[in-house]
Amino acid sequence: MEQVLFWLMAVVAVVSALTTISSRRPVHSALAFLVTLLSLAVLFLLLSAQFVAVIQIIIYAGAILVLFLFVIMLLNAQSGEGPQIKLPSQRPLAIALALLLFGGLSYLLLSSPLGAARPLPAGMGTVQAVGGILFNHFLLPFEVASVLLLVGVIGAVVLTVKEDEQPK
Amino acid sequence: MTTSDLIALSPELIVTVLALLVLVLDLFLPPERKAWLSRISLLGLLAALVANALIHEPNPQAWQGMLASDAISGYFNFVMLLIAALSLMLSSDYLQRQGLERGEYYALLLTSTLGAMLMGSSADLLMVFLGLETLSIPLYILSGFARGQSRSQEASLKYFLLGAFSSAVFLYGIALVYGATGTTNLAALSQQLGTMSASPLLLAGAGLLLVGLGFKAAAVPFHTWAPDVYEGAPTSVTAFMAVMAKAGAFGALLRVFMLALPQQSQLASDWGLLVGVLAALTMILGNFVALVQLDLKRMMAYSSIAHAGYLLVAVAVSAAGGETAGLATSSLLFYLLAYTFMTLGAFGVLLLLERQGENLALNDLAGLALRHPLASAAMALFMISMAGLPPTAGFFAKFYVFSAALSAGNLGLVLALIGVLTSVVSVYYYLRVVYYLYMRPAAVERPIYASSSWATAALVIAALGVLVLGILPAPVFAWTQQALALVLP
Repeated sequence: MEQVLFWLMAVVAVVSALTTISSRRPVHSALAFLVTLLSLAVLFLLLSAQFVAVIQIIIYAGAILVLFLFVIMLLNAQSGEGPQIKLPSQRPLAIALALLLFGGLSYLLLSSPLGAARPLPAGMGTVQAVGGILFNHFLLPFEVASVLLLVGVIGAVVLTVKEDEQPK
Repeated sequence: MTTSDLIALSPELIVTVLALLVLVLDLFLPPERKAWLSRISLLGLLAALVANALIHEPNPQAWQGMLASDAISGYFNFVMLLIAALSLMLSSDYLQRQGLERGEYYALLLTSTLGAMLMGSSADLLMVFLGLETLSIPLYILSGFARGQSRSQEASLKYFLLGAFSSAVFLYGIALVYGATGTTNLAALSQQLGTMSASPLLLAGAGLLLVGLGFKAAAVPFHTWAPDVYEGAPTSVTAFMAVMAKAGAFGALLRVFMLALPQQSQLASDWGLLVGVLAALTMILGNFVALVQLDLKRMMAYSSIAHAGYLLVAVAVSAAGGETAGLATSSLLFYLLAYTFMTLGAFGVLLLLERQGENLALNDLAGLALRHPLASAAMALFMISMAGLPPTAGFFAKFYVFSAALSAGNLGLVLALIGVLTSVVSVYYYLRVVYYLYMRPAAVERPIYASSSWATAALVIAALGVLVLGILPAPVFAWTQQALALVLP
């Protein structure tokens, strides 16, 4: 059962991710991205990471994707046609290099022996366990991440405040 | 969280509080008093330097194995705080002239410094990543700080897109390393690697980590963003970015590749060769492309790529292990300090000359020596140092790196040879600047904005740094060796 679910979700995730980057309509891309996120959430659940799965749905599928759709609709971006590609030779080169990287990494991953699965610690993946680790072991990274988010907010203000509103 | 944890983090804490303080004060200061922000930031950086100097108790596993507070992080913090202070002194007058003076500039510059400091003292791959992001994101924003100029916007977007991509690659590398070893703590990683054979998974992970950090250091072939971003960003940002991003990237390279990955395994010779190839490519491409650049900021961009190559030589030969590794690491630390002084100094002179919305070309320097002998002499000094000629810091920086390389077998020999040959090439384009300053008649009279005593003071410090490191390098080199001896068993 788990195996079947894994393969099903893996295929769905890859196909919808490919749709996200190949679709010409931004709305279709956004919806395909939603499918990717949901299938990833199921994969997290299979790894008994319940909290991450729920967060994935609430934050990514819920909040961030809605934001994407808002932006697409506000900007009225009908089609994703970009400007003319100036270097047409880049596309085959990029595909070839990406395939090379994919091949190389797959070879390395497949040829490395993985140790036997270790038993999960009790309460793994619950909100309590994640919270406990986050505020004890990973306290410093947690705080640094908050500084990072603050910088993001400052950046958004710096780059978007209208010129005449800002004090000279 | 204990008191010793807080003490270990105190320089970073001071910088964080300072950034927040500047941000809040900015709201209350009238526009004509904005210069105070720069002074307060300088005072705060000084406090952080003092706090950094006062930390005596090494704490290599502070914050439950997240932060390493040891002699090396002390050295890195010193260099990075110095970079931040010099950049602040150089930029406040320039910002006013360009109409860019806003409080967020200082806050962003300080958080970027915080990120670099975290990278240099991280004891966990997770902290390396967070430091990398805290260093980079303010830099993306600062590159686009001159919003009125499309060049600046383009630089910001390009840097952001490529930087986000390289961060993702770096994160993937962490995931693979974690998959191979079951830990992200660098000390635990190093211990575990001593007992296990090199797995392909680990090799893939280490390779991806190298790509992520190579991007930040602008190593070939991950350098393509550098010339455009350096050219488009406001020059004071370019100066800061050229030095701080390198210091952060090489801090992380030192923590991950030179200290954590063990020196005696199969893996070490693998990544040694890999980094060696990167170093050779970076030195060759950086120096040769710099030959044909007439825009000074682009020339400095390629010159900084070339310097990344010399620094990478030190990383590559440290794979040889033993005494060579120690020498290479010390030479890397010394080179970073020398690079700080000469690069910030050279950019500082350019900052004095630049008018609003223009990029200086080589021609603009013509005949400057007649009217502004001191600024020209300083520029000539920094160029001579960058070219690696005695009696300057650049000479000894290269000398130490190459002598470490010579003791590292065939790979080191080849790298040292390429390094010396490309240094000879670089003499041409660095001394061409001096030639324009002193030998060419001026086409047009250019004003020089030397009214700011802060900028002058920063230039004097940089010039003194270049000279002192060039004439008396031994004490500083001994300091780097002591720092290393305290950290290595």
